Amino acid sequence: MARKRAVLLQDDSIDAHAEWRRDYEQQLPHDKAVTNRSGIEIKPLYTPNDWNDASYVGDLGYPGQPPMTRGIYATMHRGRTWSQRQLIGLGTPLDYNQRLKRLIDAGTSAISLIPCNSVYRGYDIDEVDPLLVGTCGTTVNTIDDMDVCFRGINIGRISTAMNDPLPFTLLALLLAVAKRRGVSWDHVTGTSNQSDYISHFVANHMFFRLALPASRRLLVDHIAFCNQWVPNWNPLSVVGQHMQQAGATPAQAMAFTLCTAIQYAEDCINRDMDPETFLPRFTFFFDIAISFFEEIAKFRAGRRLWQKIVRQRFGVTNSKAWRFKFHAQTSGVDLTRQQPLNNIARVTTQAMAGIFGGLQSLHTDAYDEVLSTPTEAAAQIAISTQNILRDEAHLTDVIDPLAGSYYVETLTNQMEQKIEALIGQIDAAGGMFKAVEQGIVQNMVGESAREFAHQVETGEQVIVGVNAFQAEEDGSVRQPLERPEPHRIQNQLDQLRSFKAARDQSKVQSALDKLTAAANSDDINVFAEVVDAAIAGVTHGEIVACLRREMGAGEPLISI
Amino acid sequence: MTDVHKPTTRPIKVLVTKIGLDGHDRGSRVVAAHLRDAGMEVVYTPPWQAIDAVVKLAMEEDVDVIGLSCLATDHLLVPKLMRALRDSGLAHIKVVVGGIVPDEDEAALLDAGVSRIFHPGTSLDDITETITDLAGLSLAPNERP
Repeated sequence: MARKRAVLLQDDSIDAHAEWRRDYEQQLPHDKAVTNRSGIEIKPLYTPNDWNDASYVGDLGYPGQPPMTRGIYATMHRGRTWSQRQLIGLGTPLDYNQRLKRLIDAGTSAISLIPCNSVYRGYDIDEVDPLLVGTCGTTVNTIDDMDVCFRGINIGRISTAMNDPLPFTLLALLLAVAKRRGVSWDHVTGTSNQSDYISHFVANHMFFRLALPASRRLLVDHIAFCNQWVPNWNPLSVVGQHMQQAGATPAQAMAFTLCTAIQYAEDCINRDMDPETFLPRFTFFFDIAISFFEEIAKFRAGRRLWQKIVRQRFGVTNSKAWRFKFHAQTSGVDLTRQQPLNNIARVTTQAMAGIFGGLQSLHTDAYDEVLSTPTEAAAQIAISTQNILRDEAHLTDVIDPLAGSYYVETLTNQMEQKIEALIGQIDAAGGMFKAVEQGIVQNMVGESAREFAHQVETGEQVIVGVNAFQAEEDGSVRQPLERPEPHRIQNQLDQLRSFKAARDQSKVQSALDKLTAAANSDDINVFAEVVDAAIAGVTHGEIVACLRREMGAGEPLISI
Repeated sequence: MTDVHKPTTRPIKVLVTKIGLDGHDRGSRVVAAHLRDAGMEVVYTPPWQAIDAVVKLAMEEDVDVIGLSCLATDHLLVPKLMRALRDSGLAHIKVVVGGIVPDEDEAALLDAGVSRIFHPGTSLDDITETITDLAGLSLAPNERP
């Protein structure tokens, strides 16, 4: 049947197609070439000549079945929509706890913890300029801080995304709190969603703390520990978002992410871990740019490629490992300071692309992110946007609703080819670790960032309110700035000092000695010692400082 | 033939850097590359520079302009940098800041002596022109036309 339709087009309607082409060229003699961000030329019309049902089984199949293009579960959003995972974090642990409770009341089903930038850089709050403390995230340094963050919240019943780069001190503190409260680690669920040190080294230097070889070892230690002791925790989220925010095209971001996942899987296999066991716990995190169809195609192609990699490259038969589980965040880089309310329309469009792309978890940006750290009022609109798309627009009624579109299927195939070609390039360079050590990936990402900036500069890429449709500014939409109150930060500093003074110092010293020994050994799991240190009252900054000293600090490779 | 009234024709020298804790450097890299392509001499550093280190580098490299990229509240440290530059006798160096600077904080930066704040959406050519103009002002008196 499908084959017949294709033949029909070639025979009987060939004249009609030629006639349309003639009319089109006559009426639009100076048609401009259109290329998407990944460099694929976009035609004005797609027909069964580009894609048709004859390819249905091979290209699409059914949801939850290879090649997984249509989604990783049989029921997809019809059975369970996505987790509404908003990033939150501002001020002190108490500030965080209060905001968290309000968000849970507003319908957030999964939570996240964004620590202060001082924490990201591996310091306790008493090691940095107090002006910056708590302005971008929560000041979590100790087991007591973590306890306050989750006061009144059952940590065994909520899924927590920890923005927690290696050596994963925040997860260690959470596990220490679970132990203190008598919650079994089996019930602790969530994701270490800044575990991908390669993406930090390449694109988001913010989170890069330890030297590359140390990072490489610690990540495997962490995956091994979680698989054994915290079995419902996802120890790894491979991140494409950082690279795309840093300038990578959607195809590059997907390709480099898959290459990174391949690298981590190989590193685990080299440590005698079984991919049938660890691969089902791999998750992914992507950016959703406003390039609508391109993003949908990116996600569909990525899903297809991941099952192919898992099955063919690694020969894994556990079908859970074939699932390309991903969280996605609407792109902050696409938002504009000019006419900031327009960002609500941008975020809505981006979120739709992610939903049609089959995501499992979604963060929608607040419209004021480009003005300051998001305010609570703007964050509320971002949550409502998700609720509207799901409950009013009914975007979740049909699984993979754009499947079978001549355009979407053609673009999905083209994106897949582009991504595979890039994976081939990285393979040829010796894999992702070697490619980033040599700066190959960084240069490609930087080049794409400059190319995009050039397109905006020349007006080839229109940005409403920035290089086109400029309008008078309406300052009234700007929310008042939220900053932690200085006395609360001072109080937090005092508490840290008291905490340090009141600890059992011999336990602290012994935990640090064990951590040092693990770092210098070949076979002691370093992350297990990080967890023990957190339980013993060692602070975040002390743990990172110890490992930096013993294993080497990280400096990313940066060029212009 | 040398025209004695013309300033020295050495290229404008700019230090592009980031202070504080944030490491997002897409903006600083794009701007630095653009300034370099426009013929300026660009000194570029990794993020997280200490204020003292920026002052020392600005002095050693004898730059005309310092461009700071601040995306995550690190602009709050800029007044400290301005003071440190003055204390080291480098008040003639012009400082521009690009990135996320909330309206409420803008006045404090300008009062501290920052010459210009570039918000998101500023065209690269605007940045180049502004830095060219500022570099003219930062020339030592004997170099001025």
